[in-house]
Parts: sequence; C-alpha cells; structure tokens
Amino acid sequence: MTEPLLSVRDLTVQFPTRRGLLTAVDRLSFDLAPGEVLGLVGESGAGKSMTGSAIIGLLEPPGRIAGGEIRLKGERIDNLPAEAMRRIRGRRIGMIFQDPLTSLNPLIRIGDQLVETIVTHTDRTPWEAKLHAASLLEAVGIPAARARIDSYPHEFSGGMRQRVVIALALAADPELIIADEPTTALDVSVQAQIIAVLKDLCRDKGTAVILITHDMGVIAETADRVAVLYAGRLAEIGPVADVISRPHHPYTRGLMGSIPSLDGGRDRLEQIPGSMPRLSHIPPGCAFNPRCLQAFARCVAERPPAYRADASEAACFLLDPAMSPAEAAR
Amino acid sequence: MTIDRNAPPLLRVEDLARVFDVSKPWLARMIEREPRRFVKAVDGVSFSIAKGETFALVGESGSGKSTIARMVVGLIRPTRGRILFDNVDIADPGRTADVARLRRRFQMIFQDPFASLNPRFRVDAIIAEPLTAFGLMSDRAEIEARVADLLKLVRLDPADGRKYPHEFSGGQRQRIAIARALAANPEFIVCDEPTSALDVSVQAQVLNLMRDLQDEFGLTYLLITHNLAVVRHMADDVGVLYLGRLAEVAPTEELFARPRHPYTRMLLDAVPDLRPGGRPRRAITGEIPNPIDPPPGCTFHPRCPLADDRCRREAPGYTRDGGARVACHAVEEGRTETAPPAAFALA
Amino acid sequence: MAAADAVRAGRLRRALDSDLFYSFRRSPLTVVAAVVVLVIGLAALLAPWIAPTDPFDPSSLDLMDGKTPPLKPNEFTGHTFLLGTDDQGRDVFSAILYGARISLLVGFASVVVSMAIGIALGLLAGYRGGWVDSVIMRVADVQLTFPDLLVALMIFGIARGALPIAAQEHMAIPVLILSIGIAKWPQYARTVRGVTMVERGKDYVQAARVVGLPAGKIMRRHILPNVLGPVLVIATLGLSLAIITEATLSFLGVGVPPTSPSLGTLLRIGQEYIASGEWWILFFPAIALVAIALSVNLLGDWLRDALNPRLR
Repeated sequence: MTEPLLSVRDLTVQFPTRRGLLTAVDRLSFDLAPGEVLGLVGESGAGKSMTGSAIIGLLEPPGRIAGGEIRLKGERIDNLPAEAMRRIRGRRIGMIFQDPLTSLNPLIRIGDQLVETIVTHTDRTPWEAKLHAASLLEAVGIPAARARIDSYPHEFSGGMRQRVVIALALAADPELIIADEPTTALDVSVQAQIIAVLKDLCRDKGTAVILITHDMGVIAETADRVAVLYAGRLAEIGPVADVISRPHHPYTRGLMGSIPSLDGGRDRLEQIPGSMPRLSHIPPGCAFNPRCLQAFARCVAERPPAYRADASEAACFLLDPAMSPAEAAR
Repeated sequence: MTIDRNAPPLLRVEDLARVFDVSKPWLARMIEREPRRFVKAVDGVSFSIAKGETFALVGESGSGKSTIARMVVGLIRPTRGRILFDNVDIADPGRTADVARLRRRFQMIFQDPFASLNPRFRVDAIIAEPLTAFGLMSDRAEIEARVADLLKLVRLDPADGRKYPHEFSGGQRQRIAIARALAANPEFIVCDEPTSALDVSVQAQVLNLMRDLQDEFGLTYLLITHNLAVVRHMADDVGVLYLGRLAEVAPTEELFARPRHPYTRMLLDAVPDLRPGGRPRRAITGEIPNPIDPPPGCTFHPRCPLADDRCRREAPGYTRDGGARVACHAVEEGRTETAPPAAFALA
Repeated sequence: MAAADAVRAGRLRRALDSDLFYSFRRSPLTVVAAVVVLVIGLAALLAPWIAPTDPFDPSSLDLMDGKTPPLKPNEFTGHTFLLGTDDQGRDVFSAILYGARISLLVGFASVVVSMAIGIALGLLAGYRGGWVDSVIMRVADVQLTFPDLLVALMIFGIARGALPIAAQEHMAIPVLILSIGIAKWPQYARTVRGVTMVERGKDYVQAARVVGLPAGKIMRRHILPNVLGPVLVIATLGLSLAIITEATLSFLGVGVPPTSPSLGTLLRIGQEYIASGEWWILFFPAIALVAIALSVNLLGDWLRDALNPRLR
C-alpha cells in the first residue's frame, strides 16, 4: 500500500466540563489513501463531526485533542502552532460545512471570496485568480458562471450556494476535503446534484474526501470505504459494499436493517433497542453492549480491539479468532 | 387490517388553499413603490383519508405540506376550502362550538421533539396537559394512573414521568410527544415529519411504535414527510405535493410501482439505493422555484422533460388513471414514454 | 410528610447543584456584591432595632448635638456619633439606615409596578401581534423618547395636582412608586414581547394550542416562565436605576416628604454643608447610595451573563 495521505492514530478528543471529563472521540484510528473517499457515519453524538474538526484544527474550546496523532503525508499536524495550521487549512485541507448560508460571508461577492482564498493560498496574481474562480464556478455547474461571479450569496438558491462552497473548498487544489453533512440542509432532488458535483470534481483532481454524514444513501453512492462510529469509537471500517451488505459489527447490522428502503413493503422495520449512551454515561467494556443482543460477559468487562473480518475491521469480540466456541454460541 | 374502501372518510379536504401575505410593511411599500406580495402556499388541495388508514403527503421544502398539516389541526386558518372531519367542516368559523368538541378527537405530533416539549415542564405534566385542557380528568390519582399507562404504551418507564425533557434522547422525547398526543384518546393524528429529526435506528423505533399504536387503537394518520422510504413503510395512500398543489395522488403500492407524474418519477429516482450495484440515482435538474413568483402554467414545467407549449401556458387539471389522480397534461395526452426521464444520470 | 421533605431536600440539592449557583460561586465579585446588598438590606429592614436613635422623632433630637464630626465627642454635650450628626443633631448613621429603608422600598415597589405592567402588555403584544402589538409598542416607543426622569416628574406632578392637599403628605410615597414604576415599563414590555414572539413560534406552544388551551392559559403556563429569566435581569439592573431615580427626585425636592427622608433627601441636606467643611453629612449617605446601586448592578450583570446560554 502506498503511503497514506492522512493517518489518524488513537485520536482522542476530550471536553472538560464541571461534571468531569467527557470523551467525545475515543482512540480512533484510520488511514486515508490519496484520492480516496472515506465515509464517516454514525448517529448524532457519535463523534463524527468532532473527528472532522480535530483533523482540520478547528475544535471549539474547551474541546481539545487529548491523545493520539494525526499525520498528513507523514507530517504531524495535530500539534502544529495555530499559524502553521491556518496555512494548511484551505491550502492542503479544504472544508465544506452543512449549511451553505453560514459558510459564505453574506456581505462579500462570491467571486471576491474565491479570489481571496486563491490569492492567500497560491501564488496566482489577482487577475489569474479571477479567471480561476470563474472556471471553478463553471466546474461546479453554476450556469452563466462568468456573469454571476459578482453576485452576493443571497442571490443564489440553496443548492447553488452549496456549489459555491464546494468551489471555495477546491479553490487552492487541496489534497483533502472534509465535507461535514454537505447535503443535509438540501432537498432530496438537489442532494443528488451536489453529491455528483463533489464526486466528479474530486475524482478529476485526485482529491481525497472525508465525507461526514448520517445518510447511508449518500455514503453508498459516493464513498470507497466507510467508517462507522459509535459513542466516539470506531465500530467498523471497510469497503462500502462490504459494510452495507455484509456488516460484521452487531451495531452496523442493526443500523443497516433499520434503514427503510423503497423496495420493502408496508412492514415493520428492524430496530435496535435503546439509544446511544450520552458521553457522560458510556458503559464499561464495549460501548454498544447494553443494546447488543449478542453481548456476553467479556463485552461488559473489556473494550474490544478492531478485529479483521474479510476486507473490513470491526471492534467486536464475536470476531475474536481466539474466542471459545462456548462463548460464541451464546 | 382490512380497510373498507367504501366507508365514509374520516377526514376529507376539499379545495384547500392558503395565501400568505409576505408584503413589506406599509411604509416601506409606499416608499419603494412595491405592490403587495402574496404566496400561495397551498392551492386547491383535495384528498380524503378513510378511518384506520395512513395518508402521506410528500414534498420538498416549500411544497406546502406543513401548512396543510397546520390547517387541518386548526393552527392556521385556510383562505379557501373545506376540511371535513367526520362530516363537520372544522374550517368553518361559524361552527367553533362543534369544532371545540371535535378537537379532542384529533391531535398532532411535531417534527422536532426538542422544541415541541416545554423544557420547564416535567414529563408527567406535559402528558397530562390534554387531559386537563379538555376537562377529561381532574382527579390527581386518576391522572397519574393515566400518565403511567401512556408512558408504558410508548415503551417508557412510568417513573420517567418525574424527569424533565432534557434528560431524554431525541427518540425518547418523540415518544413522550406521542404519549401526549394519545392522552385524550384521539382517533386521528397529524404527524408532521415525526422522524426527520431522529437518527435512523431511532427512526425505526418510532415508526414501528406508530404502526403498533395504529393497529391497537385503529388510529388514522396524516403523515407529512419528505422521505419516500418512510412513506413506503407507513402509508396506504400518498399525495405528492409540488409548490402547493397535488401533482399526484395514488395508493402507495401503485405510486411506487408505476409513478405517473414526471415529478414523482424524479423524486423516486433521486432516492439513493443502498444495494451495491443497485439502480444508480439520477439527479433532478434544477431546483424548486421561488413560490412568490411561480412559473405560469404547470408549475413544474421548467424542470419537466415532457413539458410542451401547453404545459407552459395552462395549469393541468386532474386525470384519473387506475387508482391514481394525476395533474399532468402529458399523462392526460398519453405523451409519457416508458424510457427514463431525460435527466442526466449520475456517474 | 417524609415524602414532602424528600422533595424539598431534592429541590435544595438541585438548587445548590445548578449551573446558576455554580457560576455564582465562581465569581468572587458577585459574592461580595450579594453580601453588601444583603447586609444593607437587612440593616435597612431592621433599622428601628439597630439604629442608635430615631432620627425622625423630633423629641429625641438635641440641637446642641448638631454638626458633630464622626467619632469625635461633641464639644458641648460630650456625645459621640459613629458617622457624626447633621445640623439638627440627627445621627447620620441612623438617618442612613432609615433612609436606605425608604430608598429600597421605593426601588423595589416601583420595579414591581413596572414589571407587572411590562409583563402584561409585553405578553399581550407578543402573543396577539397585529394591531394590539402595534398600539402597545408605539405607546412604548413614544414614552421611550422622553427621559425616564422627565416622565416620572410629569406623572408625579399630575398625581400631586389631582390629590387633595390633606392626602398629599401620606400618599407621597405610593405616588412616587407609581411614577417611577410607570416611567420604566417600556423596557420590560419590549423584552417580554421579544421573548414571547420567539416562544410563541416554538412547537410546544403550538402543541398547547392543538390541545385547545385558551390563549390566557398558554401565556401564563407556557410563555411566562420563559419570560421571567430575562425580566429578572432587567429588574435587577432596573432596581439600582429606580433607587437612583428616587434619589434624584428627592434630591430635587419633589420626592418623599422631608419628614421621612430617603438617601436622596439626605444628599440634598448634605450638599448645603459641603462648602462649610461638614463633609460627613453628604459623604456617608452618598457612599451608602453608591454601595447599594453598584452592588445591585453587579448582581444584575452576573445574572445576565449566567442566564445567557451563549456566554457559558
């Protein structure tokens, strides 16, 4: 395997509160190859957005990286000074947020916002930057891009605005884009357009993407691999087709079963009992054990490491090759 | 459960319309010489729901689905049209006395369970509110027992009644909201995006609970949602809304097996398929126009692959086709080809 | 009984454990301010028992004691006074205790008056909207264009004119309370209206409407509790302003009658002697007034920050 573009090892994000230290991301590890699209899925509070913010160095205080390391092309970026991190942000890692309205400055023409980003992060002259901005807007599918470069954000519809945000994230040709729920605020019919644009552009430019979402549908059609998070920990990671059709972790299985599909009839859905624990009440052992129908004594006693299962890895003792058959039978 | 299709409907909505005044304040209008502006949020919507059935209204933002929900439960007055509940027009201002009596029989579940429960009330007080408001119970012990029963009904612990909403997860809160809606033994519940604020695994719990309660109490649901997969699992009949008008109304099976209106087809195509190697989803071209200034003729024509001059000029009436009712000139004229619509396919 | 006790104990534990109490303990300045307010408040409340003399009982005054400096024996009578005496031989310390009593009474009562008017009108304007809202808020806007003091003076003048001379003396304090109260309602109404409009749009209010709860009950049960937080903040900040307004009116000589002087009256008396060297007659009442106003203000600032979720 080639050297990973991004390597996250034992990443731990904590929040001091007056009721104690909360661990929002707990010893999370994964690699990302150049040009790869990795989906990060999980329910709200699973730590997926927090992981994205930690990578790009935008954790809201008092949250902080309490352990582990993040390497971009082998160089550690989790402990960089703020100024050095600022140079990486935008230049080498681009970011797309959920709400296109808040990620664009409403008082600045979109062309100027693009030019500013391009000039800050590349050695293009303002004139070249403007040409580049227009071609970016064209690339993200904004009709009459040259004419609309001097428009303000409010003159665009929600879908068009998110296209502008994508153009902005791509402006300095970053190696990695972190897209945090890029389609959640959009209508179904527009979602597909945005996903298509993001996917095509990143493939053409060889940009790697971390796609953070709770929508398995978006992951299924976009990602190469997917990491399933539960209570700040990695439950399962693997090729997207495997995780969807042959999930190994009981949580992933339950999650996949509970998604209603268009082909099903008018019938009951599978459901996982209970709900994800709050960060202040994460049970000992495997965080999923109170909801797991297959849990046994060991699940309550110790936290499972990631075991290899086919092309995936899953943190579940059921996959421990050393497990006694008696335990497995239960 | 078998449904008698010939039974009189529990709810019948006829030619319902709501216009919102979105004009600027009078002074600003005078200075800027602007006319008053109106939005037709809902425009001539008719449908009916038989007892014990679930009718789903699907649509994207701006389709008017929430406005319809709010008109049905009486939070907003319709500009035009009738809402017949058990043959009484509850939109008729002359019948407020009857409506007050009927009100106990219909309830609503809201989208965001973080906003629909008063954070300062204990859960038992929240659930008991309909009981006291409708004057159904006044004895404290009786109310307590009823609240405990309701909590058990939605699979919560009766002891949870002493907690406050913030101590619960989203799914548990939505179940509290359902318990409140059930408190006064209603027959009809309007569910406005009941699961769209919830995570998928919790969504399944809530949808299953709604189904179980429907079977147990013979409830009738008006389900408002943007999620077609949820419709597939929950509804008997579906109405597809576009810019305040019903594009198509059909039994669920029929709608998914043979969508007729080009908009319905696009919506279905836009839903991603989870199965690897499954049908690729097609992107719909364009976005929903601004409802303040809708296109003339059929409001869908700028995005429609089948649009012709008539569509640009004249708003379509309804055509019956099998069990469906469709508002489309192309369907009426038989211009619908079986090939997929001319939207570009996703790579 | 045991159950009720348990509930009470639980409430106390929750109160001590609450975020509000936590932020209170973490702010030493606020604790000091609270102690100052508490001490002055208690002293004012218990003035008849604490004060060495009754400064408003003419029979207890000895003109010979006049203008005694603090902590120095009077050259004629040999009496010593903690904070000295004024020209009439009144003990300044006792006068401050009694004066603070009047000041705090007028301050509190006028805040209650403006709060009551403001909450009622603000709820109505915010919940009903439309022309009700327009009328109430335009009246508030017009009143806000005049300084509070001017409005209070006007109302005070009108009330004095309307009352028979005989009633003026003992009605002076209630009239003062009403004038200051009415002068300050628009701030409350504006805040309450804003919060009401926000809460009204929330689904839990819609849910209460679906249940058929009448508007008055929705305002009382659902909206009022949400309004109280911000209102408490302006009420606390408003208390110090009301006390100062009262002092200003009394200083101008239109406030409380000279027979029952407030801190403002003491200031008016004291300022005549500032040039002749009897500084204590002005100085100590002024310090008392500043201490009250400042401490109450600090409490209000803390409350505002503590109740603002965005600053936490």
